[in-house]
Amino acid sequence: MKIHEYQAKAILARFGVPVPKGEVAFTADEARAAAERLGGGLVVVKAQIHAGGRGKGGGVKVAKSADEARDIARQMLGMRLVTYQTGPAGRIVTRVLVEQGLKMTRELYLGLVIDRSTQRVVVMVSPDGGVEIEKVAADTPDRIFKAFVHPTLGLQPFEARRLAFALGLPGDQAGKAAKLMLSVYQAFVATDASLVEINPLVTTADGDVLALDAKINFDDNALYRHPDLKELRDLGEEEPLEIEASKFSLNYIKLDGTIGCMVNGAGLAMATMDIIKLAGGEPANFLDVGGGANADQIKNAFRILMSDKGVQAVLINIFGGILRCDVLAAGVIAAVTDLGVRVPIVIRMEGTNVELGKQMLRESGLNFTTADSMGEAAEKVVKLSSPAMRQ
Amino acid sequence: MSVLIDKKTRLIVQGITGREGTFHAKQAQAYGTNVVGGVTPGKGGTTHEGWPVFNTVADAVRETGANASVIFVPPPGGADAVMEAAEAGLPLVVCITEGIPTIDMLRAMAFLKGTPTRLIGPNCPGLISAGRAKAGIIPGHICKEGRVGIVSKSGTLTYEAIHQLTGLGLGETTCIGIGGDPLIGTSFIDALTLFAADPETEAVVLIGEIGGSAEEEAAAFIKASFKKPVIGFIAGQTAPPGRRMGHAGAIIAGGKGTAAEKMQALSDAGVRVVKSPADIGRAAADALRAA
Repeated sequence: MKIHEYQAKAILARFGVPVPKGEVAFTADEARAAAERLGGGLVVVKAQIHAGGRGKGGGVKVAKSADEARDIARQMLGMRLVTYQTGPAGRIVTRVLVEQGLKMTRELYLGLVIDRSTQRVVVMVSPDGGVEIEKVAADTPDRIFKAFVHPTLGLQPFEARRLAFALGLPGDQAGKAAKLMLSVYQAFVATDASLVEINPLVTTADGDVLALDAKINFDDNALYRHPDLKELRDLGEEEPLEIEASKFSLNYIKLDGTIGCMVNGAGLAMATMDIIKLAGGEPANFLDVGGGANADQIKNAFRILMSDKGVQAVLINIFGGILRCDVLAAGVIAAVTDLGVRVPIVIRMEGTNVELGKQMLRESGLNFTTADSMGEAAEKVVKLSSPAMRQ
Repeated sequence: MSVLIDKKTRLIVQGITGREGTFHAKQAQAYGTNVVGGVTPGKGGTTHEGWPVFNTVADAVRETGANASVIFVPPPGGADAVMEAAEAGLPLVVCITEGIPTIDMLRAMAFLKGTPTRLIGPNCPGLISAGRAKAGIIPGHICKEGRVGIVSKSGTLTYEAIHQLTGLGLGETTCIGIGGDPLIGTSFIDALTLFAADPETEAVVLIGEIGGSAEEEAAAFIKASFKKPVIGFIAGQTAPPGRRMGHAGAIIAGGKGTAAEKMQALSDAGVRVVKSPADIGRAAADALRAA
């Protein structure tokens, strides 16, 4: 799960990480009042969306007075902000963060993720903050310094100091940076984060070290034990169909193609998308209905799938093993009848009673085509999805 | 021969009184696996479907002589169940549970270091030695004793590969689902090492997916020291970046972990990489003919 910058900063602050003073605002007047409370001088107004690259897209602006902060907020709120991370559709800005202006002296990078190979949390720092870390990693990997943290002992002060000195910070700032890293590590573990990124981490003319930006992603599998963090979910940042799917434990991701897919298992679902593409089609979605694939699940899946108006044909690929294909067929027939689905549907299924299942589909009088293999199913569905074939 | 499990395996089921645990314990037994009992804390001393139930894994091991465990406990207790099995000295622990928090697994993996336990999973379908025994949820009836080993991050995609190999009459030795989580106990390299030592395994099908770099690490290992033919498929060639595709580990992050990179690395290592999941079986047949 992703959260906004202002929420991430509030969490980090709770663990003792220094962050600039600031307030979130949902209206231009709130932004003005926030700027007043920050002293009425220089403030920064930052659009809050779940994507990076906001500055280049016009989502971060400096205001010299509270009135200017209000005017900037008025422009930003409701605007469609497009960055390299949002895709061409962009995101609508519904809230801004109004923050005190700082006299920065250096922009650094601090990031924590789980490293799969070493099976440890890795703390990464770089003197080249404020730019994409992926670019630094590709161009100048020697300018990234890492500590692989012992999973039960946690980040040790000497490790944090080593990283701070690698950043070239002078004595007392290195001490502050090391302390900040220890706090961020505490926050990472305590909140079951999967990523914490502070880019940039800045030093100021006053000698302070602060998190000027903050990004936290949480491990979805651990949210059950963090009801407070769950509250931070912003549904406005998510695809409505994906929200609907998540209510039924369906794993759905909307794509831009014309062939809807319904598959059991994540790997097979990805492979089904791949084979559609190889056959010359474009998948409209990723959809994993899970192991059960019972009648209710199938009906919900169809409803969500067909809400995407771009879908011109559907491919169902279920490898049940122990699943009964006659039960699956009955579920599909019921869902298609109830929902009045009209587009062609190609079904490939494996499991017990597969012949009976196919017979039920054939005799249903509905628009079903059966296939014996994944390859055959993909070719059939691509043919059926082209408008010329359907006339 | 086969790897990891066979007729000598004495399997216990952690979470045997649950719906999944009960169902798959019966399925495993029906396949010929020697299921010797189960563990459900608080139900020790009772019997369930004819099997003795124990409060702890240690009790179960002492009383039944179990040498392997398969875990079907809910995610909040998943990592704990893995550690309990390791503490009881079991050489093989297979964790089916999907949805264990990563931080829990981080600690469990640290706990396993220095123990003789091999963990398969979590978030995996387990493993099956065709015609001999199984620990997990891979359907037995699609398997046929044969010549090809499978190692895969995916569940149903593994079934698909088995189905193709069986259909072509090639059959399988052992099929290992290593799981789709970021932190897993057995890697592609571990599985390949086992297959290298198994004389019956003539070729290996390796099924990866987007995310992480385990496939690239496997490619380097294959290039350096794996002599048998390998057939590779990577799921997620059309997956959008930055989205988690069902499995917790299946995500292209910061432009890394793409299918294209993994396919290239495997191909450079001499692996027969197929673009279409429908070609896995045929490529295995070609590889065996050429060998």
